[in-house]
Amino acid sequence: MAPPDPRRPFKRLPISDQQKRRELALLRQAQSRRDSQHHARCIASSVLSLQNREESQLEIEIEEAEPELSPKPSSSNSRDFDVLRSSKLRGPEVRQWFARQLMLPEWMVDVPPRLNSDWYVFARPAGKRCLLVSSNGTTVSRLRNGSILHHFPSALPNGARTKDISGPAHSFSILDCIFHEPDQTYYVIDMLCWRGYSLYDCSAEFRFFWLNSKLAETGACNPPSQYHRYRFTPVLIYECDHIGLHEAYTGAFPYTKDGLSFYNRHAHYQTGNTPLALVWKDENCSQYVLDTDNKGQVPAQQQVVLELQDDGKLTTSDDPRVVCGCLDSNFMQQSGLQSGSLLRFVVGEGGFRFVDGKLEMADIHYIGKTNRARAFADSYSKILFQYTARRSPLKIDDLVASISSCHSQEDGSPDVKMVL
Amino acid sequence: MAMEVTMMLLNAQAVDGTVRKHAEESLKQFQEQNLPSFLFSLSGELVNEEKPVDSRKLAGLILKNALDAKEQHRKFELVQRWLALDSAVKAQIKSCLLQTLSSPVHDARSTASQVVAKVAGIDLPHNQWPELIGALLSNLHQLPPHAKQATLETLGYLCEEVSPDVVDQDQVNKILTAVVQGMNSSEGNIDVRLAATRALYNALSFAQANFSNDMERDYIMRVVCEATLSPEVKIRQAAYECLVSISSTYYDKLAPYIQDIFNITAKAVKEDEEPVALQAIEFWSSICDEEIDIIEEYGGEFSGDSDIPCFYFIKQALPALVPLLLETLLKQEEDQDQDEGAWNLAMAGGTCLGLVARTVGDDIVPLVMPFIQENITKPEWRQREAATYAFGSILEGPSPDKLTSIVNVALNFMLSALMKDPNNHVKDTTAWTLGRIFEFLHGSTVDTPIITHANCQQIITVLLQSMKDAPNVAEKTCGALYFLAQGFEDVGSSSSPLTPFFQDIVQALLTVTHREDAGESRLRTAAYETLNEVVRCSSDETALMVMQLVPIIMTELHQTLELQKLSSDEREKQNELQGLLCGCLQVMIQKLGGSEPTKYVFMQYVDQMMGLFLRVFACRSATVHEEAMLAIGALAYAIGADFVKYMPEFYKYLEMGLQNFEEYQVCAITVGVVGDICRALEDKVLPYCDGIMTQLLKDLSSNQLHRSVKPPIFSCFGDISLAIGENFEKYLMYAMPMLQSAAELSVHASGADDEMAEYTNLLRNGILEAYSGIFQGFKNSPKTQLLMPFAPHILQFLDSLYMEKDMDDVVMKTAIGVLGDLADTLGSNAGPLIQQSVSSRDFLNECLSSDDHLIKESAEWAKSTISRAISV
Repeated sequence: MAPPDPRRPFKRLPISDQQKRRELALLRQAQSRRDSQHHARCIASSVLSLQNREESQLEIEIEEAEPELSPKPSSSNSRDFDVLRSSKLRGPEVRQWFARQLMLPEWMVDVPPRLNSDWYVFARPAGKRCLLVSSNGTTVSRLRNGSILHHFPSALPNGARTKDISGPAHSFSILDCIFHEPDQTYYVIDMLCWRGYSLYDCSAEFRFFWLNSKLAETGACNPPSQYHRYRFTPVLIYECDHIGLHEAYTGAFPYTKDGLSFYNRHAHYQTGNTPLALVWKDENCSQYVLDTDNKGQVPAQQQVVLELQDDGKLTTSDDPRVVCGCLDSNFMQQSGLQSGSLLRFVVGEGGFRFVDGKLEMADIHYIGKTNRARAFADSYSKILFQYTARRSPLKIDDLVASISSCHSQEDGSPDVKMVL
Repeated sequence: MAMEVTMMLLNAQAVDGTVRKHAEESLKQFQEQNLPSFLFSLSGELVNEEKPVDSRKLAGLILKNALDAKEQHRKFELVQRWLALDSAVKAQIKSCLLQTLSSPVHDARSTASQVVAKVAGIDLPHNQWPELIGALLSNLHQLPPHAKQATLETLGYLCEEVSPDVVDQDQVNKILTAVVQGMNSSEGNIDVRLAATRALYNALSFAQANFSNDMERDYIMRVVCEATLSPEVKIRQAAYECLVSISSTYYDKLAPYIQDIFNITAKAVKEDEEPVALQAIEFWSSICDEEIDIIEEYGGEFSGDSDIPCFYFIKQALPALVPLLLETLLKQEEDQDQDEGAWNLAMAGGTCLGLVARTVGDDIVPLVMPFIQENITKPEWRQREAATYAFGSILEGPSPDKLTSIVNVALNFMLSALMKDPNNHVKDTTAWTLGRIFEFLHGSTVDTPIITHANCQQIITVLLQSMKDAPNVAEKTCGALYFLAQGFEDVGSSSSPLTPFFQDIVQALLTVTHREDAGESRLRTAAYETLNEVVRCSSDETALMVMQLVPIIMTELHQTLELQKLSSDEREKQNELQGLLCGCLQVMIQKLGGSEPTKYVFMQYVDQMMGLFLRVFACRSATVHEEAMLAIGALAYAIGADFVKYMPEFYKYLEMGLQNFEEYQVCAITVGVVGDICRALEDKVLPYCDGIMTQLLKDLSSNQLHRSVKPPIFSCFGDISLAIGENFEKYLMYAMPMLQSAAELSVHASGADDEMAEYTNLLRNGILEAYSGIFQGFKNSPKTQLLMPFAPHILQFLDSLYMEKDMDDVVMKTAIGVLGDLADTLGSNAGPLIQQSVSSRDFLNECLSSDDHLIKESAEWAKSTISRAISV
């Protein structure tokens, strides 16, 4: 029979420091385990495509020192960070990889249905589109062709070597931005990863919500300072109704506008070309409606860039590719063109001919190879948009009209009842 | 033979070592050669009235030890051995045991009653010896008092050994009737009444049904309350022990009796002998425990469906209870602060007052303040001490609003008393009270700070001065400084008010650790623990000073290693000091290694530090030092892949730690360190994995190792796989069956008690973390198909967990993550399997709509990988 011992702790510290140390160690270990697990998962979803390619075809040059990226290589950097590892890719692989990481809007050649209920609109800042990664105390922005735009400290999570206790140092954040030179600001148009948490598989609605609530918390929207070289600003995103569209189209913004972007509310962040994000321009909201050549002049006739395939076919960058023509093998041999080359053509008098919405015939003439910096061919929608822009462009009134018709459909027409 | 056994048993207690050793060996030999005969001989010895009492007693003890052991695995073996014994032999042994209960020799029957209970503990759950309880009760009223006393004692032990669910209600009723009758005042024999009262204490847990019946409960309560008034002090004490037990087991049934209980406890506290008065106070402390639990659990909101309502007994008793407790505070003993084992009326009363404050909050303050004001300046030390202790006791519970203004006034008084009061006891309590002030009324969560730049200097000056006082006062002062530092832990990179004094504080604490008398009153330990907290809570401004502390502590650790030829006492002290110093270094590693600017400077010490830790390990032959192991885990985390250079030397200690079944804390910590190392080294850990995995698998199969270490071992499988990826292949054939059988065991936790349910969830979490790590480790490897055969079972496991509906949030999050990992790694190959599982639909949906954002996040991830796996 155990007599109860009424003795209770008397004038003692509530827990022993050793127990506290044990518990803190366990907490740290559990946290690190979660982080590693999380890291593995994030990498899996964001770099999936890269790893597949690593195995199959790409030769990867791994260099110990990466002068551009980490001027002071340190032991702690040995922690694998696959998005940064991509910086060790070289040449065309870099361009390919980074080109694959951004969601590329199609050009709006006709108005999608349910524009006012399923879509967002924002005024696109003119500038350099880039993928921006903050991790391990530094921030790196890369252009679509993979070259580094800036390497700098920022107030983003783990974006500078300051004490940030809010998360593990290697957890990374990835933003889709446009860098606007005149006010030296990164306008953030999408958020792909935040503190190691992948947003790739989240709807645009959620990503924009997250972007607007999380970015400001970090102080990244503050004016530049010692540990925060550039200011970040989320773009203003509107519901694509009459008011939203009007604001985006006519409103004054701190940046130079370059057309309007439309994002489908339900779409996940899908890298590469997608019809769930669209871009549209006219002279009122963009200086660059028609493509310019490398001298900045609008050429008299439309030019297109196409990719040469093994069999001589000339294709767009879409997946699946759209064939716009064919080179004969003699010509290929004579001019030493290899498959995979990007070639520039001029659109002739004959233009394009469509049958049932499909390209039937294109009158194009070879000009030459493109600049090496170019990573990909034109998309079909771009070619089409440029083509119609020179002839019968899609006007803002068409967009407004489409919203109105959506309304009238919803408000005006009574539900059709099924009668049995 | 019989004579021989007697001789052996007597010789085994001989003063002469050689004789004793020889006898012990003979007994052991006898036991090994013929167990049934051995046990039977012992029971024969025990029952034989002609044998000397010493041999009978030892015979009984050996019998008892042949039936039970502390270690779980040993106990299991003994139980199996007894169950396998020939039933005729067992019947003879049992008969001897029961017969011994009537022996006129007290020691013989008392030993026998314990052995009977042990046998019952094994036999009753196996439906053997069903006639036992009947046999004990049948002629109870006809027995002579000594046999009656032994029988009641046996019933008490039996209730302690046996779980209530193996005794049917009819027998419970009979036991309770017999016990309560034995307690009744009509029972003339004191020993019988005492035995019955003690038996009731153990039988209370069997009385659920009887306490639900008003009449039976009234009767039991009346008899217990009457027993608290017995002329015999031991009976009064035992009766109060019953009341204390009732207060926690049947709190919700107490309302009709609480007024009477208050009256008798109040009288006992004021007038009765100390052991009785202590139990009477304990009754109210125990009621506080219950009410604090209920109020915490329901947040003070009682809806109709709350399990146990709060009756607010303490609130109702408050006006009478508080003066009663305050009175006890004046009954201190001289030098109680120097005596670690002391427990007296003043200590119990103050502790109870503290619990009352936590139970009722603000209401206690006006009842205690007059007592404090009246006594705190009295010339008699007892009065000053009691007033201070009362003040310190009520600082936890009432709101800061209620206390801040009082504390602001009291603070200066306390600081002055700590410096000037002539009495050691008063200073001890004053320092403790200051610690309580800093603990509960200082910190980032308190709106009105009581510590300002204006008074900080004065406080520090007094505390540092007081650290030179007697060891017990200095120890409490260290505690106060501990909480003072803790209150500033959130200042982070901004300025801490302690910064200007940092150097002085550290210096003062180091001086304390070197005091000649630092071994008394836990002083050295308190000083190092406070140093740790000061470092932990320091701001960036003092990072450089923390850095300078590193070589100082390393030098101290180095000095402990230079000591030669130590006595066992000195060795123990060395070991303890090394623990404190390793703990201190661990805190600094985490502090300095955790932020980028200091980390690089800190790196210069790492080689030397690791060298010291390895030498600390080398100091011992068979076991590893727990604190050094913890510190090494922190080090590996801080320096990452560079840790690989220490592995060749460190590995053997890692292995030793994993082999330490006895000190399971050491084993558990080492398992955690394996995880740290995996994350630090990643694939560089590969060469060590064969050894580590072998050890971990051995640990899992051991029934000696404390079960709490097993879940972390499973998690560790995940860490290893995540680090070495597809190289985990060769361990799959060992790890997967282990995981699979553990998974099957862990699915059903239903019917288990809270503790078991909690363990089951820990186990599930470990298993699931292992699966996650393994899937992610194999991700993108050409060998993912090796995992395919395990997918059906894992999905089934997830489905079963979902069906059981008793997962906690942590398990839920890990489980849904595993579903995602499975889909992610196996992709479309597992698509059809995934689509068939309940988890991929109902469970996933439930998680997607969870309020817990971690669960939701994992579910979103799982959803995305599943849709990919299904769509392709």
